[in-house]
Amino acid sequence: MDSALIPRGVKRCSLWQFLLFISVVGAVLLWGVYAMLLCWIKGLNQTNMNDYYGFAIWIWADLAVIAVGGGAFFTGLLRYIFGKDELKSIINYAVLIGFICYSSALLILAYDIGQPLRGWFIFWHANVHSMLTEVAFCLSCYFGVLTIEFIPLILENRQIDRVPFFHHLSHNMHEIMAVFAATGVFLSFFHQGSLGGVAGVLFGRPFAFREGILIWPWTFFLFTWSAAACGPCFTILITKITETVTRKKLVKDSAIELLAKISGWMILTYIIAKTIDTWYWATVTAPSLGQTLMDFYSNNPLYGIWILFAEIVICGFVPAAILITKKGRKNSVALWIAVILAVVGVCINRWVMVLQVMAVPVMSFDYWAMYFPSWQEIATTILPVAYGIILVGLAHRYLPVFPDESELNPIETLPAEEEETVEPPVDLEQELKPAGA
Amino acid sequence: MKHKKAKKYGMVINLDKCTGCGSCMVACMAENNVPFRKDESDKLLSITWMRVYKLTNGKPFPNTDICYLPRPCMHCEGQHEGHSPCVTVCPAVATDYNIETGIVSQIYTRCFGCRYCMASCPYKARYFNWWDPVWPDGMEKYLSPNVSPRMRGVVEKCSFCFHRYQMAKEKAFMEGRRKLKEDEYQTACTQACPAGAITFGDLNNPNHAVYRMVKPDPKHHGRPTNPNAFRLLERLGTNPKVYYLSSREWVRRVGDNYLKNESIAKKTVHQG
Amino acid sequence: MFPFSFEWIWDMDHVVFMGGLWYALTILGIGMTYCIIKAAIDACRGNDEHHH
Ligand code: SF4
Ligand code: SF4
Repeated sequence: MDSALIPRGVKRCSLWQFLLFISVVGAVLLWGVYAMLLCWIKGLNQTNMNDYYGFAIWIWADLAVIAVGGGAFFTGLLRYIFGKDELKSIINYAVLIGFICYSSALLILAYDIGQPLRGWFIFWHANVHSMLTEVAFCLSCYFGVLTIEFIPLILENRQIDRVPFFHHLSHNMHEIMAVFAATGVFLSFFHQGSLGGVAGVLFGRPFAFREGILIWPWTFFLFTWSAAACGPCFTILITKITETVTRKKLVKDSAIELLAKISGWMILTYIIAKTIDTWYWATVTAPSLGQTLMDFYSNNPLYGIWILFAEIVICGFVPAAILITKKGRKNSVALWIAVILAVVGVCINRWVMVLQVMAVPVMSFDYWAMYFPSWQEIATTILPVAYGIILVGLAHRYLPVFPDESELNPIETLPAEEEETVEPPVDLEQELKPAGA
Repeated sequence: MKHKKAKKYGMVINLDKCTGCGSCMVACMAENNVPFRKDESDKLLSITWMRVYKLTNGKPFPNTDICYLPRPCMHCEGQHEGHSPCVTVCPAVATDYNIETGIVSQIYTRCFGCRYCMASCPYKARYFNWWDPVWPDGMEKYLSPNVSPRMRGVVEKCSFCFHRYQMAKEKAFMEGRRKLKEDEYQTACTQACPAGAITFGDLNNPNHAVYRMVKPDPKHHGRPTNPNAFRLLERLGTNPKVYYLSSREWVRRVGDNYLKNESIAKKTVHQG
Repeated sequence: MFPFSFEWIWDMDHVVFMGGLWYALTILGIGMTYCIIKAAIDACRGNDEHHH
């Protein structure tokens, strides 16, 4: 039915399968929307946050999606500025994933603030000394960049491309994409960094506070670096998941391997820097404020020293070691493990820099604050995931996201133009999953 | 220098006198129209601009000792004037440092509820309005007309009863004076304390009681020179304008974090 | 955000921060305007030689 919209030379599942898939994910989406409306209408009392826990799961989700969405700017940097042409095979998808991550981040911020209708105050009455202001500005601008990078892909839809204006527009945008990508890198550097700065400047919280250069604490650079390192891993991970679900190869191995290799070296250098930072903080910064490392990791039910070990060793050095070796990258299982660990690692880091910061007592007579999100918080955190899956589904079905797909999956009998595309065989067991294709 | 004449309002709380009766908390709630709910059992959701903490020395009987510590907003000065933890982070300039008085204000109509300031305050002196205020029947009539009630979704905190300062200034102006007398501007908690544990005044004025009690050292951001005086979390470099007095060493030690074998005397000002 | 909003001060901090912001926005704005105008012209001329 919708075959006229589907890119040429590729196979897609039937429309009813696709709609079934969308409606299942859509139900989850609606649940999230309901929770979001509750938060907007009734206020933040719908959450389990309290006066000790002013920043909680939403801010973590925000930081995490932005960190993993860093794959878009870093892949863009490599592709358009450093001219790594192999990445052509994956750049569209990286941009799409980035677009989803950043739009989710903005959405989360919109329900995270207590007075959403005043959200524009952060721009209008900007305090240029606040890290959060820097985040808001660069985030919104960079979202604009991602939209610009995403538009040509939409315009390449078979039917839209027939309109001469859109055809030329997408062509022109491709021509000067390097300019947009460079602006995106500039903006990303600052908002990824300032997200790190958000925690690092809190000189009232020894757990978060870090020294630095000029106005930027070390966390500023660590956050940018880790996003550039782990973001591509997320892009690879989502690509691999998409390939598994659609049961076909979508991106050339050379692209994945190149990205994995660069990512591996980035993770290695990052985790070394992070180790040095942690060591300095534990032996110099914290003791100068009268606290020891173990003060931050004991006397509470959750935050033990294991979390530091998990972040730095298991989810840092291990994936780095896998990705920097050719054998590791070539081995599919090892690659899976490495990208998952790297993504988990960066998420743990963001978790620690938000939720543990809130939990640790500062006054000697204060106590650890524990927190568990309410269902409304959980639903609104899952909401962007559902939204992302739907957008990926739509984009994959109707847009030429993977330029090498038809080459990697040649169709024996090319369907005649404007006719129904051939239905792929449906595996009964996985009836829903391939529908995502 | 221009700032010479500026005032620096501050508070000295004598912990040896405080009985923990909570009058200051009550007076503060009434003075500032602080909202409350039917069920206030979850203290993590209660708004208490002034909050009395109970400290103990942790020793078994008969050496056990307790102390009550009232904690308002410290109106931190930071490493240089206006560099309070919360003021620097607020993205919308909704909390501001008044150079004339040293008071950290909160602009309710400007705050959009991002709660970054709460994350920055080590004293947990900031509170979020999770609900819109609901007053018991008829209580609207008893609200103070001088303080605007807050709507849900914004942060609030102790203002050192800034409206009282404004009213005192107005009165002085009408009487053709420029200067305020020491007793003309006093916070509600100061006046409510039956034990007289709280003293309020200008830390830059050597004639004021607060100055004489702690003798702030201007070279070290107002660190007290009175050996019995201390400020909470002195080492963080927040430079609070609320000082505490106690003759008991363990109380003074509880005021900050120290490594196991570190003595109080060795304390250094971080970032100084 | 704008020099005419009342909290604006002409100091280094504002100039650097807002300078960076407006610089980025200008590039994006000019880039997009260029693409759109050129696309409109190309579409009117009906030149369709390029294909990617
Ligand atoms: S005590 Fe907290 S709220 Fe008050 S000035 Fe200091 S940091 Fe700000
Ligand atoms: S919650 Fe309000 S006062 Fe606090 S940082 Fe955000 S906007 Fe500023």
